[in-house]
Amino acid sequence: MQGNKVIGEAAILAGCRFYAGYPITPQNEIPEYMSERLREVEGGIFIQSESEIAAIHMVAGASAAGARSMTSSSSPGISLKQEGISSMAACQLPGVIVNMMRGGPGLGNISPAQGDYFQATRGGGHGDYRTIVLGPATAQELADLTMDAFDLADRYRTPVIILADGMMGQMMEPVVFKEPQPRIYPEGVMMRGAGGGKSKIIRGLILDPLDMEEHNWTLERKYRVIAKDETRHELYQTEDAELILVAYGTAARIAKGAIKRLREAGIKTGLFRPISLWPFPENELRDLAKSVENFLVFEMSTGQMLEDVRLALQGYARIGFHGRPGGVVPTPVELANVVMRQYDRKQGIIDHY
Amino acid sequence: MELPAGEGHFLAKGIEQQSGRDRKMKKVFERPKSMKNAIFHYCAGCGHSIAHRLIAEVIDEMEIRDIAIGVLPAGCAVLAYNYFDVDMIEAQHGRGPAMATGMKRVLPDRVVFCYQGDGDLAAIGIAESFHAANRGENITIIFINNAVYGMTGGQMAPTSLLAQKTTTSIAGRESVLDGHPIRISEIFSQLPGTTYIERCKVNSPAGILKTKKSIRKAFQCQIDGQGFSLVEILSPCPTNWKMTPVESCRWIDEVMSKEFPPGVLKDLPEAKRRKEEVAP
Repeated sequence: MQGNKVIGEAAILAGCRFYAGYPITPQNEIPEYMSERLREVEGGIFIQSESEIAAIHMVAGASAAGARSMTSSSSPGISLKQEGISSMAACQLPGVIVNMMRGGPGLGNISPAQGDYFQATRGGGHGDYRTIVLGPATAQELADLTMDAFDLADRYRTPVIILADGMMGQMMEPVVFKEPQPRIYPEGVMMRGAGGGKSKIIRGLILDPLDMEEHNWTLERKYRVIAKDETRHELYQTEDAELILVAYGTAARIAKGAIKRLREAGIKTGLFRPISLWPFPENELRDLAKSVENFLVFEMSTGQMLEDVRLALQGYARIGFHGRPGGVVPTPVELANVVMRQYDRKQGIIDHY
Repeated sequence: MELPAGEGHFLAKGIEQQSGRDRKMKKVFERPKSMKNAIFHYCAGCGHSIAHRLIAEVIDEMEIRDIAIGVLPAGCAVLAYNYFDVDMIEAQHGRGPAMATGMKRVLPDRVVFCYQGDGDLAAIGIAESFHAANRGENITIIFINNAVYGMTGGQMAPTSLLAQKTTTSIAGRESVLDGHPIRISEIFSQLPGTTYIERCKVNSPAGILKTKKSIRKAFQCQIDGQGFSLVEILSPCPTNWKMTPVESCRWIDEVMSKEFPPGVLKDLPEAKRRKEEVAP
């Protein structure tokens, strides 16, 4: 099944009943799939919105009304949605936002890239907030993480971003959809009319700075719980490794190919793959530095996750970097060659810009 | 003062009689149940408080308080949730109709209304309001047009009149530089998706009563599933117009109404009713 369609089907199975979106390559199969499937399921609503901005605010409205809601887009479209994502974080509205990243900045191109890591993991919009960010690397993970994203969004009442790229959206792989969890979301927080009881207010505007500060700390306390409990990562051939590659998503798939070649060439290499990009699994990565001295961060960008790796490992290990921005998808051979040319057991990866 | 023996003081007697009469008195004026017991923050002579009250009265009279959801704008009315005792969600600037679309589609049996100013609806949120209207979303927009950005201190709005002086058009709005005032109701009434659009004003008792009737009709339109309804309200902003409240009310009649003539711009349910009356 094609990656974009996997996301659509997983969302439907997870109980997503509201989708609003605007066409943008390379994720058009998601709205197309949702338009078809949401007509088939009971209570399903699909809206092709007039803009990315409208889409995210429709999702916010549907979410406030109590529906599991989703929108999807690609890099420039996600930039437009940031106002709404910030607002949803402030109003504690759950929702799932899929970003099939493409080359940037600006309109960029439509090739797979990983240049939106900062935007996704640092909040992206204005104000003090974070979003949970999941970075799938296989079609199976597109299915699993999409379903998990709805559960996480409800549990923490916060927007969750699926951060994949054009490659993940277009590729085809076999998938087994897991059994969805029953939805746990209190009706008390939904806005459905006062119904004879007390009227509710959902707002992000809090004029008194002290009250606004308290709201910020309330959100921050929630983010700390998420940071503690919701990190996810994968270790691949790290037990005997002398060099660890750190990569996520499509870059991690390339890294696995490179590791095979490097091991054949006698360099024992492993992979640390963050699956949750925020919260970043920094403690798990630091644990590896107890036995491994050399790390190479590999991204399809000029080095964004690199900063999180540095925060986790600075002073504990040597950190090198190899990146290809702008929609270039490097081959495993290229990555393996970089390591073979520039890796030194005593010095780590020698910079090669 | 010494009281005459055997009789209550005449003042006390008066109060007794008064309170006796009180018990028999009919209540003719009270705060609508859909309003909280709070004091408006609006300036003296502002039309927002009148519009708020009218909406609340209509909600009471139609007994829809339990199923009403208000979507609030950025602007002076951003704090309206402090006054309405109905469910209220605050939208980002201009995004109300998108949010209302999401809510109404999920909850088709609720009454969802957007409260928007001229900047919110006709400038930053023109795409959201236009397309909600074009889709014929079954929602109601209460559009407060005071020809100026109120909360930010009186800047030029998309509905500011030509030659109108604002803090960003000190010499008066010029069409060459600033464009023309936008007639939202006229434009929206051209869209096949809209069903009921009326422009009212709240500068006189007659205008206020008419506005209330119009809001009621718009809500009824939504309850009957007829589709998109909009009530534009010409509303005084004495503070930013640099006028007294009385002058502001007069300015609406004498100047503003020339650019924005009040009246029904579209009434499909009424047209349908008339057609049905004629047919048999």
